[in-house]
Order: sequence, then C-alpha cells, then structure tokens
Amino acid sequence: MKSTLKLALGLASAIFASTAVSNVAHAEDLTLCWAAWDPANALVELSKDFTKETGIGMKFEFVPWTNYADRFLNELNSHGKLCDLIIGDSQWIGGAAENGHYVKLNDFFDKEKISMDDFVPATVVGYSEWPKNTPNYWALPAMGDVVGWTYRKDWFSRPELQKEFKEKYGWDLAAPTTFDQLKQIAEFFQKRQIDGKTVYGASIYTERGSEGITMGAMDVLYSFGFQYENPKKPYEMEGFVNSEKSVKGLEFYKALYDCCTPPGSSNAYMGEGVDAFKSGQVAMHMNFAFTWPGLQKDENVGGDKIGYFVNPKGPDGDQFAQLGGQGISVVSYSDKQESALKYIKWFANKDVQAKWWSLGGYSCLNSVVKDPKFPSSQPYAQAFLDSMAIVKDFWAEPSYAPLLQASQKRFHDYVVAGQGSAKDALDGLVKDWTQVFQDDGKM
Amino acid sequence: MLNRTADNVARATPEPLAKKIRGISDKGLAWLFISPTILLLLAINIFPLFWAIYLSFTNYRANRPNEVVKNLGLANYQRILGDHDVWIAMQTTAHFVFWTILLQTVIGFTLAWLIDRKFRGHAFWTTIILVPMMLSPAVVGNFWRFLYEPQIGLFSYVISFVTGIPPTNVQMLSNVELAPWAIIIVDTWMWTPYVMLICLAGLRSIPEYIYEAAEVDRASNWRQFWSITLPMALPFIMLAVLFRGIENFKMFDMVNLLTGGGPGSTTEVASITLKRQAFESWRTGYSSAFAIILFVAVFGLANIYVKALNKVKQR
Repeated sequence: MKSTLKLALGLASAIFASTAVSNVAHAEDLTLCWAAWDPANALVELSKDFTKETGIGMKFEFVPWTNYADRFLNELNSHGKLCDLIIGDSQWIGGAAENGHYVKLNDFFDKEKISMDDFVPATVVGYSEWPKNTPNYWALPAMGDVVGWTYRKDWFSRPELQKEFKEKYGWDLAAPTTFDQLKQIAEFFQKRQIDGKTVYGASIYTERGSEGITMGAMDVLYSFGFQYENPKKPYEMEGFVNSEKSVKGLEFYKALYDCCTPPGSSNAYMGEGVDAFKSGQVAMHMNFAFTWPGLQKDENVGGDKIGYFVNPKGPDGDQFAQLGGQGISVVSYSDKQESALKYIKWFANKDVQAKWWSLGGYSCLNSVVKDPKFPSSQPYAQAFLDSMAIVKDFWAEPSYAPLLQASQKRFHDYVVAGQGSAKDALDGLVKDWTQVFQDDGKM
Repeated sequence: MLNRTADNVARATPEPLAKKIRGISDKGLAWLFISPTILLLLAINIFPLFWAIYLSFTNYRANRPNEVVKNLGLANYQRILGDHDVWIAMQTTAHFVFWTILLQTVIGFTLAWLIDRKFRGHAFWTTIILVPMMLSPAVVGNFWRFLYEPQIGLFSYVISFVTGIPPTNVQMLSNVELAPWAIIIVDTWMWTPYVMLICLAGLRSIPEYIYEAAEVDRASNWRQFWSITLPMALPFIMLAVLFRGIENFKMFDMVNLLTGGGPGSTTEVASITLKRQAFESWRTGYSSAFAIILFVAVFGLANIYVKALNKVKQR
C-alpha cells in the first residue's frame, strides 16, 4: 500500500513538474491575431521556422472575416492583451495609430535597418503609414492583396461559344479589358446551359454587414472617375464623390448586379464568391487575390480551366483596383513587445518573404515581386503584379468605421434594394461622410 | 443529537465572534443574505443603465479612449428623433411586431383549441408542435437561410411546385417585397408553439361545469366559444401577446442571421440599427441615447398594456 502511495505521489510530482516546466517554456509564446483564411494557414506553416530559430513559440487567434473587425477592434479598444502581434486591416491604421493601439515602428526600423523603400510603395502607403504619405510607420507590409477577377478559361475557349459570341458582339471572346466588355461577357453567359447546367455571368460583392458591397462598388467606381475628395482641398467631397462619372459607375454596378449575377446573390462576399466559382456557377468572379492560390489548386475549376485578369478600364481609360491586404503590427498593450519585434524583424527577411510567397502568402517585398522569375512563378502572379500597380484604398481615417457603414447602407439600398437613384445614393453618401468629418472636427 | 451538535458549535465559536453574531437582528440577517444578489444586480443591471443614461448625453466613442468626452446635452436625442433612417427602422420594427403577433396569436390559439379537444395522439402532436421553440435561434436562422436558398432551397422548390414559378425566381431573402415576410414566416414558425402553450394553459383553466351549464341552457358550440372560451382565455392570450411583443420589439438574432437587415435596409429593425451604431460605427453616446429611447418606448407600451390586462382580468 505504502509503495503504491509513493508511486502515486511520485507520478503526481512528475506531472506537476513537467507542467510547470512546460509553462515556463511557453511563457514567451507570442499570439498573432488575424483573419481565418487560407493565407493564415500559410503563415502558421511559415512561423514554424521562427520558432526553430528563436525558440519563441507562436500561438494564433484567427477569426472569420465577418467577425474579424468586430472582434479585434473590440480587443484593441479594451486594451486587451490577447494579441502580441496583429495583422490588422489596412483601414484600421489611422484609428490604431491615433488611439495608441499599435507601437510606432520608425525607431525599430532604423535600428534594424529595415527600409520601407524595399517594399512595394502602394503597400507601404496602404498598410503602414499614418498620416498617409508621411514617413510614420505603424506596421510592416505583410500580405499584399487587391481585388481582381478570375474567369473560366475552358468555357471562354470553346469554339462554339467563341463563334456565337463573335457573331453577337463583334469581338473575340477573351478576358475583358474594359467594363463594357466585362458586362457583355457576363450577359452572354447569364442563364446559359453549359454541360447541362445553368450558369451565370459573374459573381460580384454585395454583402451588407461588413464591407463587401463597398469593396465591390469602389472597385468599379474608381475606374469610372470616382474620387474621395478634392485633391486640392481635403475633405471637400461635393462634386467628387457624387460626380457624374461616379454616378455612371454606380449605375454600371447595379446594372451588372441586375443582369448577370446568380439568383440569391444579394449578400455575397469573399466566401460566397469562391463558392459560386468553385461550384461552376459563374463565368467570372470578382474577388481578392488571396483566393487565387486556392482556386488554382481546385480540381474542378483550377489548373488549365482558370484564368486571371486585372480590374478592367473605365469609359475614359482609367484603371484602378481596390486595395486589400494588411500590415503586421505590434500591439502596444502586449507585455511581450520585444519578442514581437523579433518576429517582425524575422518576417522582413528576404528569404522568409520568398518562402511566404511560395507557401501562398502575398509578399510585399520588392526583391520578391521584382524578381524576374516572379511573373512566371504562378499563373496568377502577373495579374497580381499588374493589379498592385493600380490600387486605391478606402478612407483609412480614424472614423473609417462610420464612413464604411454609410457607404454600405447607401450602396446596398440602391444596388440591391433598388431604392432611389445612383445620384440619390451618392448625394446621401456625401451628406453622411460630411457629418462624420464634422463630428471629428475636420470640417 | 442535532441540539448537541449545535451546542458544541456554539461553544467552539470564539466569544467575540459569537457576540457579534448574536447582535445581528433578523432584518440584518435578511439583508446579509440578499446583499450578494443586490450587489450583482446593481453591477450588471442598474449601473450599466445609469452609465448608458450618462453616456447618452455625451459624444463618447468606445473606440476613441483618448478623446475628450464632451457633454452634448440633448443633441443625441434630437438627432435620433430627427433621423429619417431611425424612423424607417421603427416602422420596419412595428410592421414586423404587428404581423408576427397577429399570426402567432391566431395560429397559436387555434392550435391550442384543437389540442384541447384531446383527440387520439394529442400528446404526440403537442410534442411535435413544440419542437421549433426548443431550437436555438442561431440554428433556426441558419437552416432557414438554406431552405430559402433559390437554387437549392426546399422552400423555393415547394413554392415552385405549387405555383409553377421557377425556383430560382423565388428569392425570399433577396427580394425587397418578400424579405420582411421571410423573417415573419420563420419567427411565426418558431414561436407559435410558445403562444399555443400559454393559450392551452388558459383553456385548461376553464372549469368544465361552466360548459355543462351552457349545455343545459342549450348554448350552441359557437355561442360557448364566444361567451365562455374566448373571454376566459383572453387574459392568457393577452399575456402571450405581451411576451411576444416585448421579445419581437427587440428582435435581433433572426434578422441578423437571415438578412442582416437587407436587402438594402428593407428589414433593418431598430435593434440592427442600434447594433450598427454601437459596435460598427462606434457612436457610443449616440447609440446609448437610441437604446434609452427604445427602452422607454417598450417600457411605456408594456405598462399601458399591463394595465389593460389587469382590467380584463378584473372583469
């Protein structure tokens, strides 16, 4: 009995000791917060090298896109210590900088000789700087992303469809270079029978709850001539947001929604778009570039069946695309800032960035994307490069949330619910945004 | 045995502590017992209410902790009451509350009346009818979203089978006209059993001898229903209406899951507007004022209704 008791005590002590040791070993584990999506899985894989090199363990907190902003902005606003590192959305940068959520990285970059000149300029402005176009850095560009398009190359190359299309529209069926062409292709495929299945023209963003319809509509509006403000007078929006060109752009987006999307597409964003394309429902698909590696690998629609194209040109030849993507920041409420900075230093390394791209992440480092082999490294690499050269982003002001909510409402009311006109929607948007900036004391 | 144990405990208690305990009155002891609950209520109910009232007079934004908080007086209230979108949201809420209550009361009472007939297998059918009420709103919202799906949804195919309209044209959640009804149908499906249960309790509380007396007086079934069943079950029906009215006035989960307030703002009820202002636009002061207005509206209407209910009960 005594020996049994001794054995039990011994075992208990051993378990206690091993738990204690393991707790000590993990005391410096870093937690990285991001969205739950394909690139996050690639980052988990990549980060194993960091743990190998430094002995610092990595934990991850990934939240689905629909709750991503709510969850992590709440965490930052409540000065939570959950995240040591955060890959926050590009539009958060203003608020996060002004409210002290992120550690300013200028001194660290200087000390570690990390130069922002080594990164794609659009990503530095979009993901790192606040105020914009000033050398104040709050993040390291981590995941380049942009809205682009995929299409069914196998359908486009069918001789019978090519012939019919040419007869109807007078030009060869190919990836569109203008929005007019895009709409013609979408109309051509809408409700067409292909391999015994009804297919539709295009999947576009229409989601109401977070940012979907704004990202989609803006992607079109930019190329039609939409501007957020008077370039010579900040925050003057009348005649820019609601210019005639902007109105035409919004009318186009509604026309595309009405004519050529699959039934029930009134609340579609990234996930729904991927589903529509993967299930062979649509000929074209608007989505962020992060979805492309997954689609390329898909057995049913990937490989030779898929093609990629840059956001088309507007009526005046302007061509822009909605910027996505994020920078990685150190949370100022973290107790492990030193280790977190070590991670940033490691992540900025050229070899790590090259591996990041090979695993499915989108590197923003010039040495990776300007490598002569880059365009041929993946079928979508050229489209990504071309798209990143023409990006524009939504407001990154500290009040980005109410600004975004206003555009979500105005665009959805008009495009999906068909209430009022495009002019009404954009006039209303000017009114809402003016109110937000007045509340902020900026007007 | 018990007395001996109590004596032992009393003897073992140190004299100073024993004196203190003996000094507590019954009232003091009662307060001692209920004080944890009161403290908890103050912390999680009363304090947040007063804090929200305070915030409603300020420009406070929860995502700007470093910003100076200014007192705005009644500006938030004025802005809300003059906001066209808020009134649209209130109209949407009223439309939703009216139709769900009407349908749930009529169907719920009818079902209760049928179940009360005690036909063969009535217990089994009662259980079956109660199933929707036992499900989580999150589950219900998600599976109805699939049922309403125009390309694969069963609902669309049933409608198509009955009417001949192609299923892809039955866009319950995307169509401006149909979306509010899509939510009303789901809420009615889920909560009619609840109304039925309350009505059934009312019907079962009516003494049998009253019907026997009516039979003796040769009152028809119709007459018995109008003169006995309905008036005596009325307080229960009114109670069910009160519960469902309050619940549906603040309805959030089902709308959020099914339409998210869309298409456009067609199904944006007041609670969705409130959530967007509070947790998406981060207008904490503004949304606190909105919450207070909603609270006062529900509280006021519920009070008027309870007075009416008491009058009916006294008849």
